[in-house]
Amino acid sequence: MAALTPTVLPDVEAPASRTARPRRVRGWRGVVLALAGLYFVVPLLASFVFTVNDPVRGFTLDAYLEIFGAEGFVPSLLLSLGLAAATIVVVLVLTLPAMLAVRLTAPRLRPVMEVLCTLPLVVPPITFVAGIGTVLRWGPDHLAATPFYQTVIAVQDPAFPVVLVIAYVVLALPFVYRALDSGLGAMDVRTLVEAARNCGASWPHVLLRVVVPNLASGLASASFLTLALVLGEYTVARLLGFQPFSVWIVTISGSDAAMSVAVSIFSLLLTWLLLLVLSTAGTNRRSRS
Amino acid sequence: MTDISPMAPVRLPRRAGGRRLGAPGWAAALPLLIFVGLAFGVPAAALLGGAFTSEGSFTTANLTESLQGAYLTALLGSVKLSVLVAVTGAVLGTFLAQAVVTSRFRALREAVLTASGVLANFGGVPLAFAWIATLGNSGVLTRGLGLGDAGWSLYSFWGLALVYLYFSIPLMVLVMVPALDGLRPQWREAARGNGASAWQFWRYVGVPVLTPALLGGVVLLFGGAFAAYATAAAMVGTVVPLVTLQIADALTGNVLIGHENVALALSFDMIVVAGLVMAVYLPLQRRSARWLR
Repeated sequence: MAALTPTVLPDVEAPASRTARPRRVRGWRGVVLALAGLYFVVPLLASFVFTVNDPVRGFTLDAYLEIFGAEGFVPSLLLSLGLAAATIVVVLVLTLPAMLAVRLTAPRLRPVMEVLCTLPLVVPPITFVAGIGTVLRWGPDHLAATPFYQTVIAVQDPAFPVVLVIAYVVLALPFVYRALDSGLGAMDVRTLVEAARNCGASWPHVLLRVVVPNLASGLASASFLTLALVLGEYTVARLLGFQPFSVWIVTISGSDAAMSVAVSIFSLLLTWLLLLVLSTAGTNRRSRS
Repeated sequence: MTDISPMAPVRLPRRAGGRRLGAPGWAAALPLLIFVGLAFGVPAAALLGGAFTSEGSFTTANLTESLQGAYLTALLGSVKLSVLVAVTGAVLGTFLAQAVVTSRFRALREAVLTASGVLANFGGVPLAFAWIATLGNSGVLTRGLGLGDAGWSLYSFWGLALVYLYFSIPLMVLVMVPALDGLRPQWREAARGNGASAWQFWRYVGVPVLTPALLGGVVLLFGGAFAAYATAAAMVGTVVPLVTLQIADALTGNVLIGHENVALALSFDMIVVAGLVMAVYLPLQRRSARWLR
């Protein structure tokens, strides 16, 4: 950081500043960057030290090695990944046709879509769970005599709680909407679809062979964002009483603090990796086109 | 190419006849509309219904109760924390964004933006644990610097604010970098040419142009801090009164018989607060978009 300040300074005194007025703010940038670096790096380093520094035995990597053998790690991670996969499929299958329709044939639906896809941002997840929980409790009381009863029970199957997929699809809508909207904005959907239709392609064919390949980076970014969301989601799962990955971390933190921090670092690295893949996928596409 | 001539006559009447492209029309959007209507609408209706009923009859008693005593303290605590985090995060994030934007090093800029993208998403439980390991009761820094004896506790209002800033500042950087990029150098040169000082440039040109983005950022940070539950739950339990913790407490049955719907009334209060704040954001976003294109 110290080396950074002097090299940056000429930029402050841009060619226009013959009066050399900004001299008194010299070096503020270095200070800001240094403080920010400290604030953001220290917790990461400290957590790493926390996981490898055993008060009794000194340096050890046990916390990381134990993760994979810990009770509940594999099932909870598998559950989270399964939920993520289901959420991604459902949200894309629902959103993509709707967004194509908005672009091609029903532009008047656009404000409706925008409101629908912003609502989950306005409504805090915990209030959403409060609503879902009420429905799930209310269901068995009032629907006992109807076939819906079985449905309400089935969506809460702890082995694969469909109700979580439903909730996550709603929570993922804003991110998916924005990712797909920018993806669709970057290509000439109307011309492509009209050309394909005029050449006799059926709608499924248009969707799978024309739109999807052109939208690959948008779809990828929507999927990654959804994946990150589902892997990190805690509120809904915890309050509905299921145990995917994020809830499991809290459960084990009581018995093994070092390991829970190690898992936290692990999940941060995972997010980091996902976003890195995402951003490189985006730039590759841009540079090719 | 040879295919086209036999096909064209077949396609033409179709195009002219039934507006073939428009055939799916609204239908393609229907599954999504129905899904959101059910998955979002039904819980919302249940929440509203529950918030305004007690033992089957319409009442505002739940709402009244949710605005009294410990519940009111929690709601105000959440609002206070969110305002603090939003304003501090906005100011610090803007300075950091400005430092990055005016820096000559592209690598620094890329690194900060990538890191911001990751850290802005670094919420929830892992964030709480990282900070507990750092500044918690047996955290590395707490022991290393002897902060425990100095009366430091992470499990407090200020501790939570410190932790929330960890994802709020990067979010603000992501909001402000495009806005600051939109400040054209010509404006600064014009101001200089007319004899304006740096202070006058920011006072009369920079800040007014940035105001929509700034306020939008404040609203985003407020919303993030207001809705955060996982971090607070994993960190402080119920030491700090927050509305999300109260709702979770009430939802998991930790409430007097006959008062179950208070959680729903509290949720309703939250939505009202968040909705009011977000209502400020949407028109602002449109205004700032005009400058940033």
